[in-house]
Amino acid sequence: MYRYILKRGLLVIPTLFGAALLVFTLLRLIPGDICEMRMAGTGGYFDENALEVCREEMGTNQPMLGQFFSFVWGLMRFDFGISMWTGQPIISEIALRFELSLQVAIMATLVGIIIAIPLGTISAVKQNTWIDYVVRCISIAGIAMPSFWLGILIIVGLLISTNYLFDSPWMPPIQYVPIWEDPVHNLSMLIWPTVATGYRYSAVATRMTRSALLEVLREDYVRTARAKGLWEKLIIRRHALKNAMLPVITVVGLEFAFLMGGLVVTEQVFNLNGLGKLFVESVINNDYSLTQALVMLVVMVFIFVNFVVDICYAWLDPRIRYS
Amino acid sequence: MKPIRLKAVCAALAGIAFGISAAGLAGAQTPKQGGNLQFVVPAEPPSYDAHRETTFAMIHPIRPFYSLLIRVNPDNPSSTTDFVCDLCEGKVEAPTDGDKTYTFKIRKDVKFHNGDKLTAHDVVATFHKIIWPVKGVASARKAFYTMVESVTAPDDYTVQFKLKFPSGAFIPALAAPYNFVYQKSQLDKDMHWYEKNINGTGAFKFEKREAGAVIRGVRNPDFFVKGKPYLDSFDAIFAKKQSLRVQAIRGDRAAIEFRGFPPKARDDLVKALGKDITVQESDWNCVLITTVNHKRKPFDDVRVRRALTLAVDRWGGSKYLSQIAIVKAVGGIAFPNHALAATKQELEQIAGYWPDLKKSRAEAKRLLKESGIDLSKTYYFNNRAVDQPYKIVGTWLIDQWREVGLKFEQHTIPTGPFYDMLRKKKEFDVSLDFNCQSIVNPLVDVSKFISDDRAGNNNGNYQDREVDALFDKMSRSADPKEQRVLMRQMEKLTLDTHANAFITLWWNRIIPHRSYVKGWKISPSHYLNQSLDNVWLDK
Repeated sequence: MYRYILKRGLLVIPTLFGAALLVFTLLRLIPGDICEMRMAGTGGYFDENALEVCREEMGTNQPMLGQFFSFVWGLMRFDFGISMWTGQPIISEIALRFELSLQVAIMATLVGIIIAIPLGTISAVKQNTWIDYVVRCISIAGIAMPSFWLGILIIVGLLISTNYLFDSPWMPPIQYVPIWEDPVHNLSMLIWPTVATGYRYSAVATRMTRSALLEVLREDYVRTARAKGLWEKLIIRRHALKNAMLPVITVVGLEFAFLMGGLVVTEQVFNLNGLGKLFVESVINNDYSLTQALVMLVVMVFIFVNFVVDICYAWLDPRIRYS
Repeated sequence: MKPIRLKAVCAALAGIAFGISAAGLAGAQTPKQGGNLQFVVPAEPPSYDAHRETTFAMIHPIRPFYSLLIRVNPDNPSSTTDFVCDLCEGKVEAPTDGDKTYTFKIRKDVKFHNGDKLTAHDVVATFHKIIWPVKGVASARKAFYTMVESVTAPDDYTVQFKLKFPSGAFIPALAAPYNFVYQKSQLDKDMHWYEKNINGTGAFKFEKREAGAVIRGVRNPDFFVKGKPYLDSFDAIFAKKQSLRVQAIRGDRAAIEFRGFPPKARDDLVKALGKDITVQESDWNCVLITTVNHKRKPFDDVRVRRALTLAVDRWGGSKYLSQIAIVKAVGGIAFPNHALAATKQELEQIAGYWPDLKKSRAEAKRLLKESGIDLSKTYYFNNRAVDQPYKIVGTWLIDQWREVGLKFEQHTIPTGPFYDMLRKKKEFDVSLDFNCQSIVNPLVDVSKFISDDRAGNNNGNYQDREVDALFDKMSRSADPKEQRVLMRQMEKLTLDTHANAFITLWWNRIIPHRSYVKGWKISPSHYLNQSLDNVWLDK
């Protein structure tokens, strides 16, 4: 088991270097530069010398190779540098948003799992009955509907319904307060994006649970268990569900990693000051240093989550760690 | 039908009477102290230093922390010539010494937020930083002050500006909302200090900033205007998505957004909130310009460029586009409401503004035929991937040009690559471009139309020395009548005779806000009247 973990851990280094090279190169291929954006972006008059001073300050007129090596050297020391747009240390920009993104990701994962596993299981056990059809409809709708669109519907729905019921329109707060400072404010803001993203999350996981469970239920050992006269509930819980969980864990892991930086539109719909929103703004502003850092952060989160998933695999299925 | 009509007339009259009396009452209302104003801002400021930034995203949350030497009258912000003292005393005095010396007496009761007293030396240091920045310090608008010879402080409470030549552009430039007055001692220590720190003399003191979320200001108890500000505090909440900003006002998570909404958002809010929403509208000192690339064939031919502008129905466009987009006023190169702007009769003499559209388009077709342009070809139209008003106006323009047989393919690209194409690559035939200024100062604003080797923001790839000469003469004239004549000549050359570039439509600023927000008046720019010292909440 330790050898397996070590092997997986060593693979992280070339993956990170490859990602760094890729993101650095791709960002430089995008036309435009941050100083043009900052000076010319609002259509007002600006002085050309101010543009040059800005480029000097940002270091965008330095040779590419030098920029790349200083980026990699910074990464090796966990120093992401300074945001070109705000002038603040990137680590503090990320830290500010990390808490919110993590809370939404955890809450959405919980919502997703709580909905997906029972629904997927019922759907598989009651295959081709009306229950199965209803669950499939719900899950297909969840996959088809973008979570940001559901978010917009939720906000508009809240405004209309509260106006109708209480004669005063209400919408979720648009300023974040940490949960330990004001839990009611925090939850009344975050519960809605959690529902919007958790629904899509649960839809993916429900379908995965259903198909994995259907596969396992046709295995010989399940038939043997039934032939032995074991209770159906016990067969499903102890023998089938545990084995069916392997692909579901992968889905849950990947979705969790996605939620940490991928809620680019949903965060804007609910004005969540999370990593997704920061990502979009850094790309729009041509803030290379921040975009690079965020991509590397997402890569790290994905690597870490994959690593944890692999460990879970090995723990759940001994064949993996011995192979 | 008669009784119904009579009832309707009576109801309308009663409504008007009620409206007038309500307006009268509202006018007489005494401002209330207290409360927190929450407003939404579509973007976040890159730094706090107004001297280097160009974005309203810096002005909206940061302006309340600072004062200016002079400013646009907050009680009459729609006027383009009404300037009042902010840090100076009395009224803005007329120049002396053949219109070349401006003297300002500085108030003696002004304190910076750190407790230090403001003197004339702070004002001088501020304008030195703006007009003659030292190496490594960016000043975005130093070219506005080319007429200034010196800025001095004869004593602790007097500031004197000496000009090289009289200029009507000086006072408006001085009132620009970016001219935050900084503390000299702070600038002496570090010229970059104000990029990341705030220490002003404004009505509000900086309390905190949560990056990406909010900037909060609290009442400055030592503010030099006694009894002001009325608000206890304000929260500038950053919200990028327009739909969210609209919903935030609807759901009362914010009371106002100071930049402006499209007509549809205004209508939705009015429909949803009725009397709880108040709408203020104004012409906007922003304009979409059609920039033609003079170095690309066949647009190097003045006949083709004239045909482009002759094809456009601006009068009709104004009527219909104003219902869906933030554009409205038909105008020339100067802001429509300014004394230097063309009247309707004057505009109608310029190609593309003729009242007879059929005649205009027939002339366009004739010019195209005469030029021998290949009408089977599709030309490259560069546009910014922003709905309001770029994509809407761009789509309308393409349709207008199709009417005379010209085909364009619209390339809508994100802001970064759009600017790269417009300013660096220049591989477009025609592009939408824009000019969006703060203070209405046509003598400076029209510099966009002078030769590209003199104006950094002219993207048309051309030099026109005739236009340059008129601009220079106009800038050095102190006589408004002469300025107006020169402006007409420059306009005629730019838009018609040489057809260097074209005005599409001027923007229309629409601010729907919660009715309990009082004391704030709309101005022709989203950069102006943002000190918030007059604002109060009727809750």
